[in-house]
Amino acid sequence: MHRISVTVNGTTREGEVEARTLLVHWLRDSLGLAGTPIGCDTSNCGACTVLMDGRSVKSCSVLAVQADGSEVTTIQGLANGEWHPVQKAFKECHALQCGYCTPGMITAAVDLLGENPDPTEEEIRHGLEGNLCRCTGYHNIVKAVELAAGEMREAAK
Amino acid sequence: MIPAAFDYVRPGSLDEAVRALHEGGEDAKVLAGGQSLMPMLRMRLATPSLLVDCSRLGELRGVRDDGDAIVIGAGTPHHEVMHDALVRAHAPLIATVTATVADPAIRHRGTFGGSLAHADPAADLPTAALVLGAQFSIVGPGGRRTVAAADFFTDFFTTALAADEILESVRIPKLGDGWSFDYQKFNRTAQAWAIVGVAAAVRRSNGSIAEARVGLTNMGAGPLRASATEAALAGAGADGIAAAAEQAAQNTSPTSDLHAQADFRQHLARVLTRRAVTNAARF
Amino acid sequence: MTETTEAGTAQAGTARTPAIGSPVRRKEDDRLVTGQTTWTDNVALPGALHMGLVRSPIAHARITGIDTSAAKAMPGVVDVFTAADLGDDNVKIPCVWPVTDDIVMPDFHSLAVDKVRQVGDVVAVVLAQDKVTAEDAIENVVVDYDPLPAVVDMEAALADGSPILHEDKGTNQCYTMNFPCGDYEAAKAASDVVVSRRFINQRLIPVAMEPRAVACSPMGTSEEYTLWSATQVPHVLRVLLALSTGVPENQLRVIAPDVGGGFGSKLQMYREEALALVLARRLGRPVRWTETRSENMVATHHGRDQIQDVEIAATRDGTIKGLKVALTANMGAYLQIITPGIPLLGMFMYNGIYKMDAYDFSCTGVFTNTTPTDAYRGAGRPEATYAIERIVDELAAELGMDPIELRRKNWIAHEEFPYQTISGLTYDTGNYEAATEKALELFKYDELRAEQQRRRESNDLVQLGIGVSTFTEMCGLAPSRTLGALKYVAGGWENCTIRVLPLGKVELVTGTSPHGQGHVTSWSQIASDVLGVPVEDVEVIHGDTARSPYGMDTYGSRSLAVGGQAILRAGQKVVEKAKLIAAHQMEANPDDLEFVDGAFRVKGDPEKSTTIQAVAFEAFTAHNLPDGMEPTLSGESTVDPADFSFPHGTHLAAMEVDTETGKATLRSYVCVDDVGVVVNPLIVEGQVHGGIAQGVAQALYEGAVYDADGNLLTASMADYLLPTALDLPSFVTDRTVTPSTTHPLGTKGVGEAGTIASTPAIINGVVDALRPYGVNDVPMPASPEHVWRTLQAAKAGGAA
Repeated sequence: MHRISVTVNGTTREGEVEARTLLVHWLRDSLGLAGTPIGCDTSNCGACTVLMDGRSVKSCSVLAVQADGSEVTTIQGLANGEWHPVQKAFKECHALQCGYCTPGMITAAVDLLGENPDPTEEEIRHGLEGNLCRCTGYHNIVKAVELAAGEMREAAK
Repeated sequence: MIPAAFDYVRPGSLDEAVRALHEGGEDAKVLAGGQSLMPMLRMRLATPSLLVDCSRLGELRGVRDDGDAIVIGAGTPHHEVMHDALVRAHAPLIATVTATVADPAIRHRGTFGGSLAHADPAADLPTAALVLGAQFSIVGPGGRRTVAAADFFTDFFTTALAADEILESVRIPKLGDGWSFDYQKFNRTAQAWAIVGVAAAVRRSNGSIAEARVGLTNMGAGPLRASATEAALAGAGADGIAAAAEQAAQNTSPTSDLHAQADFRQHLARVLTRRAVTNAARF
Repeated sequence: MTETTEAGTAQAGTARTPAIGSPVRRKEDDRLVTGQTTWTDNVALPGALHMGLVRSPIAHARITGIDTSAAKAMPGVVDVFTAADLGDDNVKIPCVWPVTDDIVMPDFHSLAVDKVRQVGDVVAVVLAQDKVTAEDAIENVVVDYDPLPAVVDMEAALADGSPILHEDKGTNQCYTMNFPCGDYEAAKAASDVVVSRRFINQRLIPVAMEPRAVACSPMGTSEEYTLWSATQVPHVLRVLLALSTGVPENQLRVIAPDVGGGFGSKLQMYREEALALVLARRLGRPVRWTETRSENMVATHHGRDQIQDVEIAATRDGTIKGLKVALTANMGAYLQIITPGIPLLGMFMYNGIYKMDAYDFSCTGVFTNTTPTDAYRGAGRPEATYAIERIVDELAAELGMDPIELRRKNWIAHEEFPYQTISGLTYDTGNYEAATEKALELFKYDELRAEQQRRRESNDLVQLGIGVSTFTEMCGLAPSRTLGALKYVAGGWENCTIRVLPLGKVELVTGTSPHGQGHVTSWSQIASDVLGVPVEDVEVIHGDTARSPYGMDTYGSRSLAVGGQAILRAGQKVVEKAKLIAAHQMEANPDDLEFVDGAFRVKGDPEKSTTIQAVAFEAFTAHNLPDGMEPTLSGESTVDPADFSFPHGTHLAAMEVDTETGKATLRSYVCVDDVGVVVNPLIVEGQVHGGIAQGVAQALYEGAVYDADGNLLTASMADYLLPTALDLPSFVTDRTVTPSTTHPLGTKGVGEAGTIASTPAIINGVVDALRPYGVNDVPMPASPEHVWRTLQAAKAGGAA
């Protein structure tokens, strides 16, 4: 067993983990942060995407022990008093249906906008290529990211 | 799915890592970004007894200028590589190809050296390394050695790395002025691996191609150079590219699998070679 | 909108903006965008045992031995069961649609008995204290198999000498069904042109983003169980589990919590659900299981997989005389809930929107060593629409006619509705002309045809193709008598109860079971208009047999079409009762009251009024109700639909095909759908977008592939190619509104429209691009290699 300490959604969390414990399983099963779902075994779907030290990662493809000392933000930690602009835009644009891909999709979009505040449609689609959605055809997801980008640029002025 | 149990160590230095790997025996494996390894662990296609986590070794990370070459630390994540100023200035093909690897989240964790050491025949970076004449710096219990890209990739998912050796860095010669590049990755969806990829590096002089290098992805057990095409391109003008590209699949023996039959791969290699060289030559 | 309707037929003369027709932002989303979700895997069950399923890696084999001792000896393993261990608890998975009298219905046990018949068949079940141990223990169950030859090809399975899956049945043929309408041979004899094609509607894997999951808990010491499942059909599931396991239905509560997509794949009683229940009963402890994606690919049912031999006969002027369709449908290794019926859901739809003199349908179901097929988005209707829309395009090419022109010549004109089709359905309304005109305009059809011509003339390496699909489908499954006539063992009604609580808030209890469709929002909108209350005052209760006891659940684009009627009727009952109370309170004649915006007013006396909320409080105190009236304010309705509804639309795709590499790219997509009255345009558009994406995916990307030994080669998301954001364009969607006359809200159903329409649109576009090369069909998915080989064969003169 390995002792780890990870700042998760702003709070330091400590635990004992087996080496093989995936970050997503630790988040879900040990910390009870079940908002981050698991959608595949092959790191294709991106449903489990979280921010690790500020960048998007697929939490099914990181060992919990590798996250030791890191800062992790999950969908449950994105709102800071009020919803993140991407969360608002997803609701506004009907960018989700079943919602299972949504935590990963939103997290990936937050990462994308952190790097590129004014992306083209093409750049948005590139930025989300690691996240699969089966309900929306991505149409409204792209619209939501465009809306959020505009809101965030406006707020930054 | 959950990996089978294994031990885990996170050494503080490259030397320690080599020692741990050596002591771990045949079933010990290096864990870098883990983006190729983790799915294999989860599917239990790989069941190592020990993982030696090198993902935090500063010695393996970063890009530096080394005179007539740049040196990319094996542990540098793809995302850093593709945005690195030295890479963009002196090995833009690496930046171009890296941008086609997987997706943003995977590029945040996955590393340059990890992709090369994994040696998937469908991987893009080995081809770029081959075309650019990269030299692989390898550290093992016996010290350092250097292996040329042409000798590094030995078979499907197999490299010149011994079980107790670690890829430290990759030296990529600066090709200098007059070279331009293109990479044609052909896949069915954005997430899919390359059915075929073609990397072209072209140096033009006086309105014709002075020198060309063409690398092929997924046309055999590892990356290949399209030697006949390269020879035919020397001295060729714009109108010589098509005929040269027709020879791109010579001496290749690609696999037939779910994603393509061998003859289609060979056809694609010819078409994509013409396109890659044409784009790179910028006539 | 080409035609407008009085949105909110529910309430006339309103001053407020009707909720129906408004793009209300979804109530569901607040939880979903913040991660406050209750997927089945998130349900906390302290002390639950984790099931691990030992699955066959071999497609066809005799089980000669199972050694569970090593697994049982592992710390944390509580027990391991084989079929022999389970005995009577090894329940059979039911099929409720015996489509013919002589259908072959083999046993399908939860745990395989003696033989395995598909990769992923389950031979043993491990129970462990945690899921890691369960996964480890699976590897320690040693199963000896005596492999048998496998058969995955349907025609091979029907041939003499084929390996037989169910030896006691002596045949791999499940059933044969004939459905002749009119005299096809006479129609053919009266025709000048006959075009025939063999289309392969390939096997698809539904891949809902949430894998399946089940958790079952005994409740205290009594013989009661609560079972959570990632299911589309909690009500149907309870009935089937009760029938199968003997747990009395009134002691079994089934809950579908947040469910992450289904597309038909969660319309089932799966073996894992049965095992969770019987093992919870056997051990007296909670039992749970969550599917991995790797399991999902082989263990959750697949869709499509039909060989379609299609022939169309017409006169030289383009008048369609007759259509003949012979299907061979892959059942897979076993029959699941409605496996044999899926092709028959398309049986009435092959004639599409066209008039003709005769139609001859036949279908043969076949067992193969593959995962069972069953409902997948559209279920039978995409197959039918694909066949008719493809063959009509081929007929147009044969006749040298524009595909739109040929369709115009044969479709049912809007003034001809209601129209009884050759297959016997009565289409109540439709306006194919209006939808098509609008689509052509948005698409810039003529400009694209001109560009296509230029590219053809310049021998452009990238050719442009225009794909047309004018579809209709039958929604609102279904009038119960019709289902009975088709031998389906259930009804097609839907139930709703609306309660106005003492303080005026509303509870709406529905029997539909959403898993992404946004029912909570749409149903609130309907209730809001009927009752005149704010949308946010309506709480929708669903997906729990204890809280919403009556329902037929969600599939087949039925929820609004049928469930919506029940909401309307239940709401009207509430208003009718409330009106009597209001009249009593105001000492007025009920006939003198009008109900506007949630208020009862005495006509001509605006001072005298009361609200429905106030009435609810009166109904609660019951101090002053009309004589004989029961207290409380609620209304319940169970509606059996009068008929199907028939959404339709025109979908147009511009396809660019790289003639060198064979890569087909969707450049633009326009659709104009007519789904009748729209309750929430945002949700309707979302359904269309997602539907199109799945239909495009069938056309271009997806396809389950088995090798000859029955191994699924596309067994992960790395090999089964789902389109990403980068593989699809934005879509142009628009609507016409021709209200359904069989459904009181005028709604029709939208869940499957995009999927049904888009697949033939895409393939018609690919074929259209390549027509000058002699190409007249492309196998799905139209992958680069398929297109390239087709083109090579055509250039060599070998095109079929």
